Amino acid sequence: MISSLLAPDFLPYIFAGLMGLSMVIYGVLDGYDLGVGMLTPLATDKDKDTMIASIGPFWDANETWLVLGVGLLLVAFPAAHGIILTNLYIPVFLMLMGLIFRGVAFDFRSKVPAHKKPLWNNLFFAGSLLTAFAQGVMLGMYILGFDNSLAGVGFALLTGAAVCAGYCLIGAAWLIMKTDKKLQKNAVKWATNSMYIGAVGIVLISLTTPLVSPRIFAKWFSLPELFYLAPIPLLTALLLSLLFLSLRRLPLSNDRWCWAPFALTAGMLVLCFIGLAYSFFPYIVPDQLLILEAASAHESLLIILVGALLVLPVLLGYTFIAYRIFHGKSTHLSYD
Amino acid sequence: MDFDPLLLARLQFAANISFHILFPAITIALGWILLFFKWRFNRTGDDKWMAAYFSWVKVFALSFAMGVVSGITMSFQFGTNWPGFMETVGNIAGPLLAYEVLTAFFLEATFLGIMLFGFRRVPNWVHTLATILVAVGTTASAFWILVLNSWMQTPVGFEMIDGVAHATDWGAIILNPSMPYRMAHMLLASGLTACFLVTGLSAYRWLKQDRSASVLAALKTGAYGAAILIPLQIFIGDMHGLNTLEHQPQKVAAMEGLWETTAGAPLVLFALPDARQRTNHYALEIPHGASWFLTHQANGVVQGLNEFIGNHPPVAPVFWGFRIMVGVGMLMLLAAWLTSYFLARKHTLPQWLSYGLVAMTFSGWVATLAGWYVTEIGRQPWLVTGVLATKDAVSAIPANTVGVTFILYMAVYAFLFVAYITTLFYLAKKEVGQGTAPTNPTTERGAATAYIKEVK
Repeated sequence: MISSLLAPDFLPYIFAGLMGLSMVIYGVLDGYDLGVGMLTPLATDKDKDTMIASIGPFWDANETWLVLGVGLLLVAFPAAHGIILTNLYIPVFLMLMGLIFRGVAFDFRSKVPAHKKPLWNNLFFAGSLLTAFAQGVMLGMYILGFDNSLAGVGFALLTGAAVCAGYCLIGAAWLIMKTDKKLQKNAVKWATNSMYIGAVGIVLISLTTPLVSPRIFAKWFSLPELFYLAPIPLLTALLLSLLFLSLRRLPLSNDRWCWAPFALTAGMLVLCFIGLAYSFFPYIVPDQLLILEAASAHESLLIILVGALLVLPVLLGYTFIAYRIFHGKSTHLSYD
Repeated sequence: MDFDPLLLARLQFAANISFHILFPAITIALGWILLFFKWRFNRTGDDKWMAAYFSWVKVFALSFAMGVVSGITMSFQFGTNWPGFMETVGNIAGPLLAYEVLTAFFLEATFLGIMLFGFRRVPNWVHTLATILVAVGTTASAFWILVLNSWMQTPVGFEMIDGVAHATDWGAIILNPSMPYRMAHMLLASGLTACFLVTGLSAYRWLKQDRSASVLAALKTGAYGAAILIPLQIFIGDMHGLNTLEHQPQKVAAMEGLWETTAGAPLVLFALPDARQRTNHYALEIPHGASWFLTHQANGVVQGLNEFIGNHPPVAPVFWGFRIMVGVGMLMLLAAWLTSYFLARKHTLPQWLSYGLVAMTFSGWVATLAGWYVTEIGRQPWLVTGVLATKDAVSAIPANTVGVTFILYMAVYAFLFVAYITTLFYLAKKEVGQGTAPTNPTTERGAATAYIKEVK
């Protein structure tokens, strides 16, 4: 059993799975902190501090999942890494600019003189927006196998906007869970608006994807494949309805169910991701390169796997501990 | 004007990696300095140590953030600028980078939150543990990266199959010939960078008439630390040089500016190396010096660059980088020992020396960068010595695209660089007068001690 899992023609799939897992964890975790960043211009200065304090202890570790995901692509599928990143040169550059600005703005805004704080607040917002949008554009370009035609660019801009909306939604859901009073009420409003935009985005992307990719069309709309895929849109619709209902009722007394929008949104993001992964399998670069073709040498993969299996449980464990320590409503962060 | 895409890709990556290394060079050692402050506080209960901790943990947080964002940029540039690197040696570089992320990066990033914001949320021992784990994490990060870099300099433990490197002996890869020297040299460089940063910013507060116990404690920690580390660094640096002579003689020849193989080679103090005529102009030399240093004999034979035509690095940057590194190192020795003498014997710091220390706040950066240029440019024309030439690893991105993004990166880095330095000095200035009083350390700002007692 184990020997067949570790066989040269199966091990790459384990790595593709691990990479996918990192990417989806990244999407949820950095998604909420990027979303909070994009929502900051809507809040008062005092609420901005509370919002940013709610993500302060976590963002570093959240971003590290991106490094792990890209790292696994780099080390397990070097050939795919080269193709994907050279094709995505410009959006990668934009995303990095965004990540740089928001990452340092976190620290600078709390340390610079008062008159410079608005500058860093703005850079924090702009960096969050740029990062989210660039990630969406990359997703769109990847889905179409790096098609640079006008339709391809239009599709990438659409996915860019949809990812922004999705991150805003999960960011607002995070705030519903982590804040109270007026800010929490505002967060419910922001979540509702982002939900509408995000839902339209998901529907548009789901409709256009099979139209622009014949292979995906075949994979979605032939029998019996249609039945394998069907649970994904159905479950997504179910979660979306529950989200809609919960946002209409929140906040409840005693703050019951304040975590529900976050859990539901995270569930939807995971479902979207599974849908995409299902559509691309067994390709690692859509229509160009198979997972098996792109994999590193078997011995190298085994060595990385040993490390990954030892470290991943520990890593999840102490991520859990960190979330436990900073659980509850966001309060002012101080070093001393 | 036409630019060479290879040169642009190298410039872009060099700018990025140079900017990146500035911050790990601080955080690797600053993590241990913070642990030292925390340990002293736990042992003595003296609030000055916790005040120093809280001052410097802010600098750590800011530096760490700068390191993280520029590090993420680098992990992408492997793919965008150098696809040939991972395609050729990915089987070896891959696991090393993966272990770096798995063991180290997460350890630091996760426990950093507790270290920075957790003092009042977790028991004191958990906070101390978080500080330990962050220090261990940053150092473990450095370990894996330096293993990979050393392997690129002195590759062993692999075989080439169809143009792709496959590992045959992981023990040999990790303990490759230049690794122990490079590791020790870089960790000490980080120690010196952090010590001079701590000393420089504390001297700045001293100049602003801040005589609090916490400033004096930080000042002494930095100055004594540097005074101990710098002779060690000179010793290790010499051993690293001899190791390079054994494995990469062309690099040493470029460092020495030695063109012809010579018995009794001179030590060139100053010269303008001329790559066209393959000679030095205006050379100022100490006869037999290089032979003494490198072979420990007056007439020992040192190989010159002409033995390696077409296979040696450009001479001028390596030659100059080496001289700048050594020069700054000597200045550091002088400054660290003088400061330690005044602090230990006279219990004060003269004004002129304070100004000198402020001027040397970032001297560690200059020496570290100069040293890295020596070793990295010194490896050219190879990306992995004898295995992969730099020109064969570059991506096919058009020169214009690389050029434009390069300029934008530079603009952003320049902006952040200025913001970082002004913020450090602003933080130092803001805290003047907030430290613990010199005479009675428990009366002012005894919050940390009071808090710990209250919890107990």
